[in-house]
Amino acid sequence: MPEPKKIKVLALCELCHGRKAVMKRPKNLQKLCKECFYKVFETEIHNTITDAQLFQKGDKVAIGASGGKDSTVLASVLKLLNERYEYGLELVLLSIDEGIKGYRDDSLATVKRNQVQYQMPLEIISYKDLYNWSMDEIVSCAGIRSSCTYCGVLRRQALDRGAAKLGINHVVTGHNADDIAETVLMNILRGDTARLEKSTAILTQSSGSPIKRSKPFKYSYQKEIVLYAHYKKLDYFSTECTYAPEAFRGTARELLKSLESIRPSCIMDIIYSGELLVLAPKKKKTTRSYKNNKKISTGETEVNADGSVSLKRNEFKDGNTCEKCGYLSSNKICKACVLLAGLEMNRAKVSIEGNAAVDGAAKLGKTLEQLSF
Amino acid sequence: MGIRVKIEFLGGLDVISSGVREHKAVVPLEEGEATMKDLVEYVTHNIISDPKDIPVFIEDDTVRPGILVLINDTDWELEGQEEYVLESGDVFTFTSTLHGG
Ligand SMILES: [Zn+2]
Ligand SMILES: [Zn+2]
Repeated sequence: MPEPKKIKVLALCELCHGRKAVMKRPKNLQKLCKECFYKVFETEIHNTITDAQLFQKGDKVAIGASGGKDSTVLASVLKLLNERYEYGLELVLLSIDEGIKGYRDDSLATVKRNQVQYQMPLEIISYKDLYNWSMDEIVSCAGIRSSCTYCGVLRRQALDRGAAKLGINHVVTGHNADDIAETVLMNILRGDTARLEKSTAILTQSSGSPIKRSKPFKYSYQKEIVLYAHYKKLDYFSTECTYAPEAFRGTARELLKSLESIRPSCIMDIIYSGELLVLAPKKKKTTRSYKNNKKISTGETEVNADGSVSLKRNEFKDGNTCEKCGYLSSNKICKACVLLAGLEMNRAKVSIEGNAAVDGAAKLGKTLEQLSF
Repeated sequence: MGIRVKIEFLGGLDVISSGVREHKAVVPLEEGEATMKDLVEYVTHNIISDPKDIPVFIEDDTVRPGILVLINDTDWELEGQEEYVLESGDVFTFTSTLHGG
C-alpha cells in the first residue's frame, strides 16, 4: 500500500472565509479567493475614480488601447464600473498604429477583437497618416537608440489628435502603480525633480492641450492586473515592442521588481514618497525667497493631497499653435514637428544612398547607426 | 516513474521556449520527493531553447521577479513557493508581467 497522501491545508479567503484563497495581494499580503479578488480590485479602482472625481455624468472618454494587458483590463473594468455604478460615460477605444511590422499588426488585431467584446467604438490613428512617417521608417532613418523618444512624442500628439477628432477631451491610459513608481524612481535617479510632480498626478493636462489624461490604475499593482486578465480570461496581446525600451527605464524596472520581491509594499511606498516630495514646495508658496527674490513658479496646476490635480476648465496658458502643423503648442514649432524636420533631412540623405526597403527597419537602422560612428 | 505535469508560458514569456506556450512534460523524479525547485531546474535545462534566455527566467537561483507563478491556477506564494511538492497532473503557469503594457 502506498503511503497515505498528506492532506493539504488549503488557505481560506481572508474576506469571505468560505472559499479557497487563490492569490496574495502584494499591497497588504491579504489572501483572497477569485470572487473577493475581483470585488476588491474593481472597488479600489472605483474608489480611485470617485476620490479624484475623474469623470462627470455624460463625459465622453477615450481609452488609450494598445491591445496589451493594462489597457485591455482598463477597458473591461471601466465598462463594468460604468454599468455597475452608473457613471453615465460614453467609452471609446482609441488606438495608435505606430507602423511597426510584426508588432502593431498583431496588437491592433487584438484591439479589434476588444471592440467587439466590449461593444465600444474604435478609432485607429496611424503615424503614417498623421506624420507621413511610420515608426519603422523613423527607426531606419534615426536609428533604434532614440526610437522611444520619437515614439513617445508622436504618440502623445497622436492620442490628442485622435481624441480631438472624436470630440473627446479626456483620455484614460492603463498606467499602473508599478509604472508610476518606476517613473518616480527614474526621475529621482536622474535628479529630474521638475517631472516628479507630473509623474504621480492621477490627472494631468499639458499647457496648450485641450485634452486631459488620467490614470485610473494609479493604485493598481501590475501583478493584480495580470492576475485579473488571467482569471477573467481577457483577450490581450503580449509581445514586446520590436524596438527595446531605453536601457535606463529597463534597469529601473528590474530594480523595482527586485525590491518588490523583498518588500511588496515598496511600490505604494515609492508613489507615496513621490507625492510628498511634490507637496513640499507648495507649503512654502507664500514664503519669499530672499536669496534672489525670484518667485518660485509652481506651475498652473494645483496638486491635491492624493496627488491628483485640480484643473480649471478651458484655462490655457497660451493659445499658440504650431506654425507648421497648426496643432496647439506652447512653442512656435511643436515638438513633433521639430523631430520630423530633423528626420526629413535624414530621409533625403538616405534616398540618395539608394532606395532601401524600410519594412522591419531595425536591421537597416543598425547599419545606419554604425555608419554614423 | 516520473511526474506528469503541464507547464505554460504566458504573457509573452513563450519567447524563451521557441514560441511554444504549452508543454507536457515528465519530470524524471519520484512523486513526493520532487519540489518546485526541481521543476524550475527542469524547465531551465529542458524547456528553455536557448541558454542565453536562462536569465530571462532565472535570477539568483529562483524565478525572476516580475514573473508571476501559478500552481494549478493558484498564486505560488500561497503554495509554499519553491517548497511545493509536485504531484502528477499539476499545471504550472509562468506569466511575464513585464511584457508590453
Ligand atoms: Zn473570498
Ligand atoms: Zn507641429
